[in-house]
Amino acid sequence: MAGSETPAAPDTVKILIAGGFGVGKTTMVGSVSEIMPLRTEESLTVAGLGVDDLAGIEQKRATTVALDFGRITINDHLVLYLFGTPGQQRFWFMWNDLAVGALGAVVLFDVRRPDSSFAAVDFFERRGIPFVVGVNGFDGKHPYPAEDIRDALALPADVPVVLCDARDRESSKDVLIALLDLLIASAARS
Amino acid sequence: MRPFALTGGRTRPSRADFTLITTVTAVDPPPERAPRPQPEQARILRRCVRPLAVAELAALLDLPVSVVVIMLCDLLEAGLITARPPHPVSTRTTDLDLLQKVRDGLGRL
Repeated sequence: MAGSETPAAPDTVKILIAGGFGVGKTTMVGSVSEIMPLRTEESLTVAGLGVDDLAGIEQKRATTVALDFGRITINDHLVLYLFGTPGQQRFWFMWNDLAVGALGAVVLFDVRRPDSSFAAVDFFERRGIPFVVGVNGFDGKHPYPAEDIRDALALPADVPVVLCDARDRESSKDVLIALLDLLIASAARS
Repeated sequence: MRPFALTGGRTRPSRADFTLITTVTAVDPPPERAPRPQPEQARILRRCVRPLAVAELAALLDLPVSVVVIMLCDLLEAGLITARPPHPVSTRTTDLDLLQKVRDGLGRL
């Protein structure tokens, strides 16, 4: 802005790191972020579920959704934020601002708890948000090949499945790069 | 005149101006006719002397995002901050240049 001495604000983009509870989302954010993962919260009002509806009055209650996030400075003018979606509760998808405007997502998968990441896969598929699946091996070990994971999650052929170790910076980087390669290939086709 | 210039002519900013990764920056020096900031507003202004994303601001202040956004609306209206929206991204972004920059940046990590 003319006449302003305020430092120029960078352009910002974001990627979501999703998946079930305890699958390693915050670990992955922390392993590639240039800052310690930060936590922020939002209060959401959700309609009561499974409540006897005698008078037709909508039951509502407040729930708090926490997010862990990190930052990667791409260059002087561009900053990437990584947001770990909270896996322990059911309402994170109501935080609309989370998914809107995301470049894409990483769905982390834990072979010991295969059910825990279905909801996240479903969420991104329904919204047409591009994603890759990162298989976070317990203790860095991978007893199953990527194709078995693809079958277990019923993933389309174009969704990359990457075996990874969320504790490891290089490995987490590879998962993010796989997502960017997917986005670039998709953009180049259109 | 300056506050209106900073808010793009709007006098009533809506909460939609602030996403999690909108960057906010304190205007330095503050406009002459700006109202004196409240203590919580002053905390925000001290934090965003350099550009800072809304999510970072909320985490550093230990406040819910929605609360911080309401205060940011007031600060924007008073001309005490500027807000830069995130890079526009549709469901399938086709901005190859942007994607390549992000990929290159990740590769350099």
